[in-house]
Amino acid sequence: MGKTLAEKIWTEHIVSSKAGEPDLLYIDLHLIHEVTSPQAFDGLRLANRKVRRPELTIATEDHNVPTLNIDKPIADPVSKLQVDTLRKNCAEFGVRIHSLGDVEQGIVHVVGPQLGITQPGMTIVCGDSHTSTHGAFGALAFGIGTSEVEHVLATQTLPLLRPKTMAINVEGTLKPGVTSKDIILAVIAKIGTGGGQGYILEYRGSAIRALSMEARMTICNMSIEAGARAGLIAPDQTTFDYVKTKPHAPAGADWDAALTYWKTLSTDADAKFDKEINLNADELAPFVTWGTNPGQGLPLSGSVPNPADLSNAEDRGAAERALEYMDLKPGTPLKSIKVDTVFLGSCTNGRIEDLRSAADILKGKKIASTLRLLVVPGSARVRLQAEAEGLDKVFLDAGAEWRSAGCSMCLGMNPDQLKPGERAASTSNRNFEGRQGKGGRTHLVSPLVAAATAIKGTLASPADL
Amino acid sequence: MEKFVKHTGSALPLRRSNVDTDQIIPAVYLKRITKNGFEDGLFAAWRNDPAFELNQPQYKSATVLVVGPDFGTGSSREHAVWALQNYGFKVVLSSRFADIFRGNSQKMGLLTVILPQDEIEKIWKKVESAPDTKITVDLEAKTVSYDTTSTSFSIDDYTRWRLMEGLDDIGLTFTKIDEVAKFEEKRVSFKPKTLPIR
Repeated sequence: MGKTLAEKIWTEHIVSSKAGEPDLLYIDLHLIHEVTSPQAFDGLRLANRKVRRPELTIATEDHNVPTLNIDKPIADPVSKLQVDTLRKNCAEFGVRIHSLGDVEQGIVHVVGPQLGITQPGMTIVCGDSHTSTHGAFGALAFGIGTSEVEHVLATQTLPLLRPKTMAINVEGTLKPGVTSKDIILAVIAKIGTGGGQGYILEYRGSAIRALSMEARMTICNMSIEAGARAGLIAPDQTTFDYVKTKPHAPAGADWDAALTYWKTLSTDADAKFDKEINLNADELAPFVTWGTNPGQGLPLSGSVPNPADLSNAEDRGAAERALEYMDLKPGTPLKSIKVDTVFLGSCTNGRIEDLRSAADILKGKKIASTLRLLVVPGSARVRLQAEAEGLDKVFLDAGAEWRSAGCSMCLGMNPDQLKPGERAASTSNRNFEGRQGKGGRTHLVSPLVAAATAIKGTLASPADL
Repeated sequence: MEKFVKHTGSALPLRRSNVDTDQIIPAVYLKRITKNGFEDGLFAAWRNDPAFELNQPQYKSATVLVVGPDFGTGSSREHAVWALQNYGFKVVLSSRFADIFRGNSQKMGLLTVILPQDEIEKIWKKVESAPDTKITVDLEAKTVSYDTTSTSFSIDDYTRWRLMEGLDDIGLTFTKIDEVAKFEEKRVSFKPKTLPIR
């Protein structure tokens, strides 16, 4: 029997395999940031160990950095210490780092692909659950905890139990105004936040193949929101063309060898997935979440559900709690919900195509006087590219704030936070209670819905303008 | 890592599902660069509410957290495990755990035990009516017991052995480091390197 793509990559990275033990997998690339690494470096120091392969490791500052006044010292002393600690650790252990103010600085999952160090067939890890983003290149990429960060630093390997595989088949054609964000929100609503637990997801089908690399990254990024540690897409010409222009793409004979190998990276026709899920792209519409987990989503044309209609007691309880936290009444049309803040950014939707698509909607228009729109590019490069295209002007003319790169309001660790009771439409990935600031309420949306909402003041799609 | 063989303690019943890592410890508490001191951030948002279970005197000394399905979803922050341990929890019982959280807990010696939801429900009821009920979690026998009730749970043998011996993975991997070196010799030249900078 043939192998799935995930099984192929897994098998090729096995260093050691014994019955009754996890496989020991080799890690091709380790991405590091300031929040989940300090304790790992401490562990190395305590055990008098070094970083085994500094040249397979790279660090950037993203989670806990300001997006304003980045030329000045970080104001919060605790945040400053955390960032300084990363710089000190990278210097001590010989790890490449892109710090605030560096042209390659940005969200770790935006930086990897734009440098071209994210390539098909690799194993990629990072102390961040959205590492699944890199799966868009046909790589096996997943988030790890700090103990595992230390393990990879010390040995360039990880012991792992092999997950099962699940196919997410999306056939058909997306309607105008429907994006890859809507695909993944629909997938999560269908299988639930625990649906992917124990699986590697493979997104397949004509609707997936038609997507750009950046749109594919949005989908793979949110695999973890369905409970899956990793999600991937078989590489194709779209992937090869994207990688080829990047600084760390293989060159000369290496490119030819790489391409030959990459072309073998697809699921065999006779391979069997442990589970399959089907979605019809023709039927998808702009999606929005109404609750406090990413599985609590509906088409934007819908209304806030009534928990009483849910048959499962756990889902009912969760929905009741969510509506109380979100201050929403059953039956309320989603499009009537007023928003205070729109956040455009994050490793989910902070890339140049995301900014372009939002700018297209905002061009020549003003945002509603009742809200603020925060535009945070995913990386310093994305910011520069947007400025070269005049997108910053479009955002500023519309009344938005144009910030420097970082995770920002996606996780509300830096000063970019919602105030208690504030409601956001956000292109990020998590609508958990207080995720974007204590007491803040989050509706997850695509960049198109974010832009339209910013203009209208209530949740809206471009078609509603 | 401390060895885990058997633990007996009182329980905290938390009737919530999808308790994500942002609830276990919000991002603003992740700025420390040590592995201790995170107890202040544990369930920080909910602790403002006097009715929250953790604030109730009858559960003050609980060391076993009994919680609804999909515990630990979201972020990979190991701080969630540290916060639970720093606060004094030794075991978490749930019908479903998020993969990364469970992996992190097993690295740190916080025992995460999967029980069917109806067993969780029984423990909730028991502890709510008798908060001083002592729950014994025996990793060697793979059982959770209280009063005269005993339920078996499963866990892979390798993880169980590692937890019972208190072994850390890095030390174990270093016993295979020659195999790692052999693997590295065979790696193809086109795989990217971060250095030198291009």
